[in-house]
This record gives sequence, structure tokens and C-alpha cells, in this order.
Amino acid sequence: MILSCTVNKKPVRLECEPGEALADVLRAAGYKEVKKACGTGNCGLCTILLDEVPVASCSIFAARAEGRAITTIQGLKKEAEELGAYIAAEGAEQCGYCSPGFVLTALAMEREFRAQGMGRFDELAARHYLAGNLCRCSGYQGHMRALKKYWEARNG
Amino acid sequence: MDKSYSVVHRSLAKIDALGLIQGKPAYTDDLAPGDALVVKLLRSPYAFAKIKSIDKSQALAVGGVACILDWKDVPRIPYTRAGQGHPEPSPHDRFILDNYVRYIGDEVAIVAAEDEATAEKAISLIKVEYEILEPLLDFEKAIDNTVVVHPESEIHDMFPIGFEPGRNIAASYKMRIGDVEKELSASDVVLRRSFFTQAQAHVAMEPHAAFASLDIHGRLVIVSSTQNPFHTRRLLAQSLGIPIRDLRVVKPRIGGGFGGKQHIHVEPFVALVALATKRSARIALTRKEVFESTFTRHRMRIDIEAGANRNGVLNVMDVRVLSDTGAYGEHALTVFMVAGSKTLPLYNKMKAVGYGGAVVYTNHLSAGAFRGYGAIQGNFALESMMDEIAHEIHMDPIEFRERNMIREGQTSEVFKIMGEGSEGVEMVIESCKLDRCIARGRELIGWDSKRLSWEVSPGIVRAHGMAIAMQGSGIPLVDMGSATLELQDGGWFKLRVGATDLGTGSDTILAQIAAEALGVGPEDIKVYASDTDHSPFDVGAYASSTTYVSGNAVLKTALAMRKVLVEAVAEKYALKPECVEFDGKNFFGPEGAMLTNLVDLSFDTLYHDRALMKTLSSTASFTGGKAPPPYMAGFAEIEVDLGTGKVKLLRYVAVVDCGTTINPNLARIQVEGGLLQGIGMALFERVVFGDRGKLMTNSLSRYAIPSREDVGEIIVEFAESYEPSGPYGAKSVGEIGIDTPPAAIANAIYNAIGVRLPQTPFTPDVVWKAILEHDPGPTTPKNLRPQTQLPR
Repeated sequence: MILSCTVNKKPVRLECEPGEALADVLRAAGYKEVKKACGTGNCGLCTILLDEVPVASCSIFAARAEGRAITTIQGLKKEAEELGAYIAAEGAEQCGYCSPGFVLTALAMEREFRAQGMGRFDELAARHYLAGNLCRCSGYQGHMRALKKYWEARNG
Repeated sequence: MDKSYSVVHRSLAKIDALGLIQGKPAYTDDLAPGDALVVKLLRSPYAFAKIKSIDKSQALAVGGVACILDWKDVPRIPYTRAGQGHPEPSPHDRFILDNYVRYIGDEVAIVAAEDEATAEKAISLIKVEYEILEPLLDFEKAIDNTVVVHPESEIHDMFPIGFEPGRNIAASYKMRIGDVEKELSASDVVLRRSFFTQAQAHVAMEPHAAFASLDIHGRLVIVSSTQNPFHTRRLLAQSLGIPIRDLRVVKPRIGGGFGGKQHIHVEPFVALVALATKRSARIALTRKEVFESTFTRHRMRIDIEAGANRNGVLNVMDVRVLSDTGAYGEHALTVFMVAGSKTLPLYNKMKAVGYGGAVVYTNHLSAGAFRGYGAIQGNFALESMMDEIAHEIHMDPIEFRERNMIREGQTSEVFKIMGEGSEGVEMVIESCKLDRCIARGRELIGWDSKRLSWEVSPGIVRAHGMAIAMQGSGIPLVDMGSATLELQDGGWFKLRVGATDLGTGSDTILAQIAAEALGVGPEDIKVYASDTDHSPFDVGAYASSTTYVSGNAVLKTALAMRKVLVEAVAEKYALKPECVEFDGKNFFGPEGAMLTNLVDLSFDTLYHDRALMKTLSSTASFTGGKAPPPYMAGFAEIEVDLGTGKVKLLRYVAVVDCGTTINPNLARIQVEGGLLQGIGMALFERVVFGDRGKLMTNSLSRYAIPSREDVGEIIVEFAESYEPSGPYGAKSVGEIGIDTPPAAIANAIYNAIGVRLPQTPFTPDVVWKAILEHDPGPTTPKNLRPQTQLPR
């Protein structure tokens, strides 16, 4: 079957099978920035934005994306680069395999926190929002230092 | 020592950081050719079985199936999957496919098809008739069990390691220093305890992946997420029975390893398919396969008998270890030895030390290399024991350690006697700031020996606990690394190394070392790693070796390059080399006269200098005559809910002596990441096997690695330290962070509830049970497991 949607604002028609996970369809179509690690929706590495909301693309059927807007990290290049510079300054990306999913979720978090009118960076709230983005290399501390500095530079 | 550095000891961003963060295709499975056959594996549903027959006919009839290989179709050559030096200290006890399967998840058949769905369909149509055998699942009953995991005759060790497969023993070892019995009987206090550690899973975020193809010359090219391309090339050639020259192994970016990618788990399967079909073949394991069918940490039982005097002198330790290697003996002996060799030298003043035991086969998935490599298991036992003795003699646990621990300028007999699989090397410790690590750590955590636990509200108790640790820096006289520098037109350098960056940032710190030595900017060093056709040899990333071993190789190469540059300029200007100076940009002759600069030289030597034209390059190798240990002190502040048994880690303080930090940020992240894996082993990562040998904790839904909500504050500091034998004073930092959390947290739990927890992990059910069973009267510790003695 054919899935019609937009990926990074570009209309696309992707081939998929009934029951196929969105992550697999996206990777097969060349969106290699969507990483796969657990297949059970636990690790957050395959996160994409579906109509602006972060979702684990390994755990939703591709067909659910019909007519909707998919954003991968490549669709938020500028934002990812800005936040990425803070992560890189801490050395916190380490192997980098979890970074695309983490950065996308963090950007969605920033938008939500701003909409809620958050002033100072609330680290506990951020840890909670990002709890579903696992990382085995960094111990998370560097991520959080980077996010705090990024938030303070942009929202301080 | 000159500490006025311009490029090292600076927190530069990783050279590949932004590309990785943006999700550029960089990892093995991102790069696999689109037309490659998809390889899937049929795996055993039984812990132990003999394959009576395999019927592939229906599966082969499925359109799009390219090939199906079973044990009769592949070379029957015993080999080891363990990426180690040659000859390997691991027994050659494995065939690519065998007519026996030895754990649930063991490989039965290799299927290659045009796409994944077809491969899976074919797998479901393969009919296998098994003779189900009684599995051996209790490692404490493995030795001389009637069930023999490896009855086959062809398997062998490469040199004596105590290999007795008929008794289910993969390796065994014993050593004695001094008179253990005499010192035990002469001690005021003698304690005996047993400790157990679980088969922790690595959970590198990128699952194992590889693809293979035949190049234009008919050579087999393997791209793999491997920690050690050169070992992979050698092991793969041996397992396939083809010459090493017919293989090339390429490592792209790696999504974490932690020891889990120090083995050939997937490479033989894609290689065989590529050879059989003459087509490209790819494999990427699922997370379930990574859990069930790659490796774990070696599960261990560690019995310690220790004697001390009431004045705080530790006299003797006798350590007996039983290690579960699972179905195959990868890293069996070496991990077992490191549990002693990288823990016991911490207390170098003991008059007698005994260490010995066996590594046994069971029908569980195999154990292999995992960050810490035995040291974390040994540290948990040793450092729990140190607290037990301190309590027994009513001494502050820190004071007891300080009285007995190793200091700068000292040595330990253990260094010489115990190496990894063989004898070690003598080593006087030239850098050890353990004393300062402890002093700073106790200050940061607020250690008060009169108040190691306190109630914050009814039923909620907080407590402190601590532990110290050591690791190594490569394996002395075994590990070797090399580097090649080559001047390029434009005045920059190619740096080719065989070292493998697993995500740690080692490519970056190697570039920093080269830039520092050459006096150039880090942007003028472009790193290429690692490809067995194009990189100089390096054993790869394991045993905390890259900064020290590969780093020293890069330093030697860069210093040699300086000489090559100066000599080239001297030749060009008909001067003696000693009359030419180079400051990283310009070359000066006698009396400071400017001769040329690096950019001009680079063009001249490649395009202009006619008969003098040549490539300016240098290559050097390094092997450590010793492996200077990094040290650290770890302090935990926990909160125990007496009603539920839940242990919250509020703070963890780590003060580390790793010599000079070549890149302080990356060193810090190494420690922070290591700590969290150690904390995971201590508090969260429960491993459950079913009673027929099935790994129940085989997904990230069931196996809990720590999330960012699971820990409180983690504070990492580095003690000022300089290792004279290291590059710019550096030692290793990759593993040291993981070692202390199990013991430090266990010690804190003891201080909170008065019960010694001898088995990791300390999940709420375990702690709650301990609280219930604890008799609040006497404060004597007790073990949760009944004590039976291990054979000496």
C-alpha cells in the first residue's frame, strides 16, 4: 500500500505493508536519521514529530501517518544545530546514536515549556519530559548541563 | 613536567559531534547498500539440544530467498568470538553453526532473502527436529555435572588456561602470595562472606550490525560495528578458513560498545552469505537478539575470607571465585583474573593473598567483555568486605582503607603475578592520588563517621557509603597501537589510526595529542579510523587502552613527524637538521633566519622540488611496559524507604585520578556514563532466567537501564595527577567510573538498615526482604544467601 504524507514539509508517497512500523518505512525510504534501538517504544531513539508531537516511530503503524506531517531531525536542521552546539560543547552526544531522537524531543519540550510560560529552566520537569529518551553512554548529566545552558541563552 | 599545553587538556568538541547529532548516515546499518540481501538467523528455542534434522525445502521454495545455510553447509572450524590478542586466551570452543545448540538464542541456520519479511517467512518454514537435552543452568553445580555442555572433541585452548570441558570448566586459575592459613590464624578478626553479581547486559544503543560484499578483486569486505577491526579480521579469517589477506574490515561510527562489540557476533553470517551468493549481505540484530544472543557480563560468586587486626591492619585475603561463562568461553579466564588483578593491589600491604577458582560452562547465553571486565565484580566483593571488616573492628571505613591502601611510589606483588591470562608485569606506581580523591570526596559528600545514616522522616533513612577502585591502562606487553601521519598539500596532516572510537571521543583526543606534539591547530589533523586496509595496526578499543596505548603511539608518531619535517627542510636548504627549528608554522635556520613555512613546504615537497619530491610521513607503534592504573573514590548518598525497600540514589560523588585529562569534558562524560552503568548494575538491572533457561529480561520493557529520572546529582571531579609514562601525563578513564557504585551503594544500604546485601542488584523487593528479615537487636551483618563453601 502507499502512504501519503509529508516528511520535513515535502509531500511524499511511501511504500509500506499493513502492520509495518513507521520507523521501518522511514528508514527504508532513506531517512537514516531515524535510528532504531529497542523496537518496543522504550528508548526514544526513533522519535519523530508527528504533527509537531514527539512519538516513537517504532511503535506506531506507518498507516497512522496517512495525511499527516512527519518531521525528522533533518527537518529541523537549524534548531538541531543550535541545540547541538551546546550538546557538543559538553561532549554529551558521545556515540551520537541517541542524539537525533533526544534533540527532537528536547526541541518539542522547549516549545511546550515556552507555551506554558516557563521562565527559569526547570531541570526536574525537563528530566521528566525526556525520561523516555534513553542514553547508555553519557550518564545524562552532560545532556542536562547542555539543555540548561541552551535554555538560559535563549530564554534567560 | 611541562604543563603549558595549547591543544591537550582542553575541552574541545568531538570532531564528529555535529554530524552525529544531526543524524547523518554514519553507522553500519545506515550505510548498507540498498540491494543487499537481508540476513536473518533461525535461533534455538531450547537451552540444550541436538539437531536431528533440518528440512529447508519449503523455506527455499519461497520467492526471494537467496540462500539458507545450516551446520552442514559451513566450515567446521573451532574458533572463539572473543576479540583478544593472538593467541587468544579464550578457548576455541565454538563453530559458526553446530549440530548442537547450547542456549536459547543459539544460531541454527542463516537465511538470506531479498527483504526482511521474506527472510522471516522463510525462517518460519524451516523444519528442525531437535533432540531436547537436559540443560545445565545452575552455575554453582556445573563442575563435574552429569550434563556436559561441550562433549565435542575438536575444541581446544590455545595455551594452558585450565581448560577441562569434560568437567564443564572453561578455565581455572590459582595463585598464592605468602602463607594465607598462617595469616588467617594470626589475625584478631577473621570474616568470611559470599558475594554474587548478575549477568548485566551492555545495552549499547546501536544493535550489532554488519554488511559484507565482495570487491572487484574478489576480496571479502566487511563493514561492522566492531570495537576491534584487526581482531575481527583475524578471527573471521580463522573461523571461515580463508587467508587473512582476503579480508578487509571497516569500522564506521559505532553506537556504543562497552565491550559488547569486542566479539564477532554477526560478521561470520554475512560473510558466508556474501561468499555463497556473490552478493552483498546485511544484518542488524533486533534488541531481543542483542539481549538473548550476544554476550553479558560474567555472573560471579566471590567468596572472601579475610583476616585483620583490631588496630586496623589488614593481614590477608583469600578469594575464591566461580564465574559463569555461559555456553561458550569467551574472555573466560581473563575476566576472571581481572576480578583479582585489578582489585587486590588496592591493598598492597597484606602479608598473604590467595586468589583462585574456576570459570564454568552453563546453558545460558555466553558472557564476554563488558566495561570493568571483572574489576566491577571483584570491587563489589572486596569493597563490601572492607566495610564489613571496618564495622567488625569499630573503625571508620575510610580510615581502615587509608591505613591499608596503595600509595604513589609503591607496588604490589599482584602486578607481577597476575596479568590477563598469563603472568603480569612488575610495576611501581608513579601516579596515585587516591589519598586526595578520598579527601576531596568525603568533603563533597559531607562524610561524618559518627553519622553515616540518619532518619529524615519516619521510615525514611538516608545514609552514606563509599568505595575505592582501580583499573588499568591497556594490557602491558600485549596491547599495541600504531599511528601514521602524512603531510598533505596545504599544510595539514592525515592521521591514520587503527584505534576505534566507540563514541567516547577517542578520535578527537588522538587528534589533540598529534596537534599538541606538532604544534599545529587541531583543525589541521584529519583523523581516519579504522579500516584494516588503510589503518596501521591497533588492537582496538578495550581494556581502557586507547588514550594510553594508542595515545602514546600517536605522540611517538607526531614527534617522529617533527623530525621528518625538519630533516626535509634541512635537506632542501643544505643545512644540518640540528640547525633547523620548527614552531608549528614556520621553519627557521641558523640565527633564527626564516627558511620556509609548513604550507609552502607541503606544496614544494609534493609538486616543486623536482628530485627532492617525496611524501613526508611517519609511523610509530607503542606497547606499554606497564599499565598505570587510574584510581577513584566513589561516595553514595542514598535514601531508603523502610516501608517499600526502595533505594533512591540522591547523590554520587566521584573523584578520579586518571592523570592528565586530555579532554576534560570527554573524560568527565566517560566517568559519568560509567557511573550510571555501575549504578544500573547496583540498583536497576535485574536479570531473570526462566527455569528452562529462557532469558525473561530480553527487552527494554523488561530490563531497566537507568533513565534520566532515576538518579539525583552526580558530581565528578579529577584529582591533579601526572603519569610520567602516559601521553602528556594521561592514564585511562574509560572503565574506572563503573567500578565503585555496587559496593558504595551496598555499603550505604548497610549503614542505613544494618543488613549486608551480598547480591546485585538491590531492587526494592530485595531490600524490603532484607529489612523484614533483619533482627533489629544485634547489629551483626548477615548474608541473604546460605553459605556453602567453594572449593579452594
